Amino acid sequence: MLQMFLRRLFLGAITVAIVSMIIFAGVEILPGDACTAFLEREAQGRVLENCREELDLNRPAVVRYLDWASDALRGDLGVSANGQRSIAEMVGARLQNSLLLAACALIVGVPTAIFLGVVSGLWRDRPVDLILSTGAIFAMTIPEFVSATVLILVFSVWLGWLPGIVLTSANAPASEFFPEIILPVVVLAMVMTAHILRTVRSSVIEVMNSDYVQMATLKGVPYWRIVFRHALPNALLPAINVVALTIAWLLGGVVVIEVVFNYPGLGRMMIDAISDRDLPVVQAIALIVATVYVGVNLTADLLTMVANPRLRTLYTRK
Amino acid sequence: MTDTPVIQLSDLSIGFTGRAGYTLPVLRNIDLTVRPGESIGLVGESGSGKSTVALAAMGYLKRGLRVLNGRATFEGHDMFALNRKELESLRGGHLALIPQNSGQSLTPTLRIGAQLTEALRLHSRLDPSQFSARVLELLGQVRLPDPQAITRRYPHELSGGQQQRVAIAMALAGEPRALLLDEPTTGLDVTTQAHILELLRDLARETGMAMVYVSHDLGAIARVCDRVVVMYAGEVVMEGSARQVLTAPTHPYARGLLASIPKLSDPHLPMALGGRPPAPGGAGDGCAFVDRCALASDLCRTSRPMLAPGPGGAPVRCHHADRADTLPMTSTGDHAARAEVGTAPVLSLQDLEIRYSKPGILDRLRGLQDTRPATVDDITITIAKGETLGLVGESGSGKSTILKTIAGLLPPAGGEIRFDGDAPLPRSVEQRGPDHLRRIQLIFQNPDDSLNPRHTIAEILEQPLKLYFGLSGTALQDRCVEILERVRLGGHYLDRLPSQLSGGEKQRVAVARAFAANPDLVLCDEVTSALDVSVQAAVLELLNDLKAAQGTTYVFVSHDLAVVRALSDRVAVLYQGRLCEIGPSAEVYALPSHPYTEVLLGAVLEPDPDTAPKLTADDVIELSPPAKGCPFQRRCPRKIGAKCDTDTPPWQTRDDGHAIRCHIPLDDLHRQQQADS
Repeated sequence: MLQMFLRRLFLGAITVAIVSMIIFAGVEILPGDACTAFLEREAQGRVLENCREELDLNRPAVVRYLDWASDALRGDLGVSANGQRSIAEMVGARLQNSLLLAACALIVGVPTAIFLGVVSGLWRDRPVDLILSTGAIFAMTIPEFVSATVLILVFSVWLGWLPGIVLTSANAPASEFFPEIILPVVVLAMVMTAHILRTVRSSVIEVMNSDYVQMATLKGVPYWRIVFRHALPNALLPAINVVALTIAWLLGGVVVIEVVFNYPGLGRMMIDAISDRDLPVVQAIALIVATVYVGVNLTADLLTMVANPRLRTLYTRK
Repeated sequence: MTDTPVIQLSDLSIGFTGRAGYTLPVLRNIDLTVRPGESIGLVGESGSGKSTVALAAMGYLKRGLRVLNGRATFEGHDMFALNRKELESLRGGHLALIPQNSGQSLTPTLRIGAQLTEALRLHSRLDPSQFSARVLELLGQVRLPDPQAITRRYPHELSGGQQQRVAIAMALAGEPRALLLDEPTTGLDVTTQAHILELLRDLARETGMAMVYVSHDLGAIARVCDRVVVMYAGEVVMEGSARQVLTAPTHPYARGLLASIPKLSDPHLPMALGGRPPAPGGAGDGCAFVDRCALASDLCRTSRPMLAPGPGGAPVRCHHADRADTLPMTSTGDHAARAEVGTAPVLSLQDLEIRYSKPGILDRLRGLQDTRPATVDDITITIAKGETLGLVGESGSGKSTILKTIAGLLPPAGGEIRFDGDAPLPRSVEQRGPDHLRRIQLIFQNPDDSLNPRHTIAEILEQPLKLYFGLSGTALQDRCVEILERVRLGGHYLDRLPSQLSGGEKQRVAVARAFAANPDLVLCDEVTSALDVSVQAAVLELLNDLKAAQGTTYVFVSHDLAVVRALSDRVAVLYQGRLCEIGPSAEVYALPSHPYTEVLLGAVLEPDPDTAPKLTADDVIELSPPAKGCPFQRRCPRKIGAKCDTDTPPWQTRDDGHAIRCHIPLDDLHRQQQADS
């Protein structure tokens, strides 16, 4: 088991390393560099040369990559091209905000999704299932900015119950984001609930049709005991991986929501950095998001392994 | 027997209801009475409704089915009128079911102990403090070694036979008065099956419970049941004592079924039962069997026969039961075709060694050698042109593995394969040229998995024809039709999809695809195991005809010794990936035998109420072969001593080419075996 864990960790590290090379190479291929971005129209002749000299941009790409990578390993992500501020500090606050948003969405979304998915699967083809399944398809297909805008219109503009936009500054403590964070959380929870619900629903249907559930029925096990003891521990295993993907998406891929609600998260910082051509920041955020993806998926795989006796015993016995 | 019945089905019809309100009956007017202590066998082909009957006796219907007519009672309770609470208290208590596939019927996330305790909590009046002791007692009762360890295991950590025993223990937890068994030994090895059946017989005698034994296997039925009910297309077509049904059946279908079973005592090919059963609701007004019956008359087409006492007194559903004894109920009398077996070897395996495990990257870097025994080792066999070699052995004996290696799907770890006297065959399929690929074809066990469900039969057959012969246009079309006709299907199948074919037809397409390449060597991997016996007989006949017509060489892998006997010229017996015995089939099936062959043959069940299996070795599943000595040392009933543990046994070859790998001199072995039989 430990050996297995170490091997997966090793492979995960290699993945992150490869991704970091791709990110670095991608940024390298783009025309221009930190200096041209920073100096803008003055980026010519001596000034540009001096700037490049100062930032060590004239050394070969490989050397600069190794430098960047080893600094990143130590937690030093360099300084931004615009304003020369420490990226680690800038990103730190944003990452916290993104984590706050993700955590709220998960706390609301995951239990709701699992509960509704199970209900939908158990009452398959009944009205409650049809309503939930159709609702899930709507939630998945309507673009987030549309549902976000509609919610803002209804709850902020018409009813005036909730603030429609986040005005709190990026460095404020978590508690100050309430109640501004509620609407973005609702929109995110809706989308993720739809995905998880559908996975859980089909998995519940499959398990309830399995031979062992039939056997439990014929053994005289009461229905709800079958559901909770025999069916759900098996049916929820596939949900772990979907939840993991959702977490990764919440931390790096919810740019649209952050822009609509003016929420100071990682995604919006990335967009801002791209439009400012602040390449060091772009690089750093891409690396963080990639690491989160790999880390979350690794955790999900390990959790599945621990929760599934078939996989668990594969590595502990024999 | 005057006791009140335990289980009674009266005039029970069950079916689907279509949208327009019409019904498709799956069971039609079933009457079945099971008295205390009685064991009844329900036989029939897949789709005959026998499992539905067993489930109906528990008041359980598969999704979409409903009761159209009649009732099912258990000790006077109308099973379809009870509420959920009452059903729950009966099911698994006094009325228990042992499922077909215990591996999938045990909840994968719960330990064995927890699942058994649950059964006790639901149905036993014991105090909870006694549960764990009772669980151990139950596991001991089904003869599982080390019950304490078993309780802590998960279902997937047990072998098939052990899972089946756990399912039996679970059924016994409620102290049942009636036990329903749905194909409880299908899919198990012969030795395991024989042991489970003996256990069930003993349990029935000890506890006095009634049993309803559902199976397609007449051999198993013959061993366990007093009375047999034959089902066809959702109807009971014949009912009687086991002896009557198995030795003097009065229904044409029952006779055909018996004739289609390959028997160990009979080296001939079994007789195929043509046609296929009607789909649910497709039986029409007449007899459901009319299209497949040799006695069919106009009367049979227009009027449905009633279940009435026939000759000998047993109830039978046939207008012409009095003439049924004119129909054969044994094999065709055809020997397997003896195409001229040439002397030139088509295939020779030399010291073949196969391993599944590859050393890990770290081990390879450290230069470590794999010291574990190989999965398959030391296989040397030569197969002559036109010969059929049967490979038999229990699951895990490496028989399919060897086929995969010959086909190039699994490169060997050592040794070589020579094909048609050429230089050694390249190890893997990627390295082989198109000519080699064409000349060696493989047919798989399950056509549902081996035929692409989205390709029409034409597309399936065109692939080898285009690839190997470059055919196109009408030539291609004509050739497809010709091949289909050779497997007796005909050109109108070309546009169909595999899902529109029956199991037997699908396997014919798989055979056709292999023969489309015009191969010299065809590797058959359990090709009839997924088929009903009557269909199996037809596929065996087809393989035999193709061999006679084309002089093809077969390597035929099966766990069924009788099937192998019917088709093979020579038979090789494998245990744990090592050869035990090889020789002409008549010799291998006669004495003297390798002790393992003897165990295998002793466990085979014949559809004859007078034979009993000879169980001389435990049905232990060994996970890996011993590092040295004889591979069978741990289970051998004739083990002679330390020599078996340390020395690899020598080949003892007789003049007729029959060779046995054993430390016991053949004459001694022969004498001992004759004395025991």
